[in-house]
Amino acid sequence: MRRLLPYPLLTASLLLMWLLLTRFSVGQILLGLVIALAASRVMGALQPAKPRLRRWIKIPSLTWTVFGDILKSNIAVAGLVLRGGSGKARSGFVVVPLELRDRTGLAILACIITGTPGTAWIEYNAASGKLLMHVLDIDDEERCVAQIKQRYEAPLMEIFE
Amino acid sequence: MTELAELPPWAALLIAFFLLLGASLTLLGCIGLLRFKTFYQRVHAPTLGTTWGAGGILIASMIFFSMVQSRPVLHEILISVMVFVTTPVTLMLLARATLYRDRAEGMSGVPSLDTGSTGDEATDSTYPTQRS
Repeated sequence: MRRLLPYPLLTASLLLMWLLLTRFSVGQILLGLVIALAASRVMGALQPAKPRLRRWIKIPSLTWTVFGDILKSNIAVAGLVLRGGSGKARSGFVVVPLELRDRTGLAILACIITGTPGTAWIEYNAASGKLLMHVLDIDDEERCVAQIKQRYEAPLMEIFE
Repeated sequence: MTELAELPPWAALLIAFFLLLGASLTLLGCIGLLRFKTFYQRVHAPTLGTTWGAGGILIASMIFFSMVQSRPVLHEILISVMVFVTTPVTLMLLARATLYRDRAEGMSGVPSLDTGSTGDEATDSTYPTQRS
């Protein structure tokens, strides 16, 4: 099983992608399965790091939190643009000390922080685990850091570490 | 355009709502890009276009084609996932380049993550070098 399916998650997502791109039918499922198996074997040659998912159960709630936060910050940033540019924005850099060390987890955290308008991932120091972030409109620096740690880092750590 | 006439009004309204939402957020993102003053502020504006800007248009597209072809058309989800996953790559590239330049020029207000080191050293040591 392990030899046939070295990357089960990758194979499953490739199959899902194939089915989304085509129509659902038995033929397409079979064709997609063949392509997914072949493609994940090729991927094996690159020896990608295998993320280990520890707690699946947290993924939907994290997705939902991120979805809501992106919507909220979209409204906030759109409002800021409408109210006349950056004159009123108190933007600045924030340093977030991260405890998350898993590479996949960090990659997802980067997607979340960048994907949320108003916060941008600028630089990460792997040695000290510190993240430099730029925030468009800071209310309270400490609350901002606590929010990142609590809302995104904690669930990501539970999922990956 | 016969498909458009056959759409039920509620679907047409829903599609129009999401299409307008996506298009106006993308437009606001572009205006923000023009109006914000510093580079680091500007970087935030286009994310409007890559999140709900693109999202709204894709949701509208999903509803429209699902109604017209009377089967669920969901490949737009893939587009939004790809956009969401690839945005940080370009953004980090731009931000890191600016950060490097600002530090080399000794601009004030750009904090360093390391204690004492700046310029080349800081940039070199910040690549994630974990090995698995």
